[in-house]
Amino acid sequence: METVIFITTAIVAVGAALGMVLSSNAVHSALFLILNFCAVAVMYLLLRAPFMAAVQVTVYAGAIMVLFLFVIMLLGAEKADLGSEPIGWQKPVGVLLGAVLLAEGIYVAYKGIKLVDAPITAALGIGQPTTLSAVLFSKYLLPFEVISILLLVAIVGTVVLTRRTVKLKEAE
Amino acid sequence: MVGTIPIAWVLTLAAGLFCIGLFGALSRRNTVGILMGIELMLNSVNINLVAFWRYLRPMGTAGLTFTVFTIAVAAAEVAVGLAMVIAIYRARQTINADEADTLKG
Repeated sequence: METVIFITTAIVAVGAALGMVLSSNAVHSALFLILNFCAVAVMYLLLRAPFMAAVQVTVYAGAIMVLFLFVIMLLGAEKADLGSEPIGWQKPVGVLLGAVLLAEGIYVAYKGIKLVDAPITAALGIGQPTTLSAVLFSKYLLPFEVISILLLVAIVGTVVLTRRTVKLKEAE
Repeated sequence: MVGTIPIAWVLTLAAGLFCIGLFGALSRRNTVGILMGIELMLNSVNINLVAFWRYLRPMGTAGLTFTVFTIAVAAAEVAVGLAMVIAIYRARQTINADEADTLKG
């Protein structure tokens, strides 16, 4: 049963990722990416990490993709820009090297399997939000605060980046 | 129940998603498309982290906390990246990555 769910989810995830990369319309790309994120959330549930699944849906599929769609609509960027490619050989070489990287990753995943012990069924409570938040606010308090400073810097940077150009435009 | 999926399958899926995202980030000329490819790559790394936590250290919490931090960093990265896209669009009326080449020597 679990295997069937895993295979279905994997097919949906890879198909959505391919659709995102290959579709020429940016809005379709964003919607495919949301589908991919939801499939990954199901994957987290399969891996017994319910809190990560919830975070995946709310932060990635919710907040980040809304930001993406907002920018796409704002800039009118949904048109494809498949104009003349300045370097023609770039794309096939990219596909080839990507395939090599994928083969390498799969080889390592199967070769390194002797490092992996059988998964422990007992530890089902670790993925719960209560366990995770208790650790987050005690053992990992410093990284947590660093992350909040990073987010603050990102907010300030966003405001500065989008505001200065407006001022320049007004000055003209 | 938990052990029915081999870890290699999960790692293979993550590697596939990473390669697709890498291809998207490298082949797109639309700046928003490049950012979406980067998101896909970060996401596949998160799958790897959770899988390694699940199969190697299921009693620890380091894998899950690190994933939470990765997601927060990804959110910050997207916010700044999209702000840069908007700034470039305001200055040059384009979101094509090839045309934003002021720093080119």
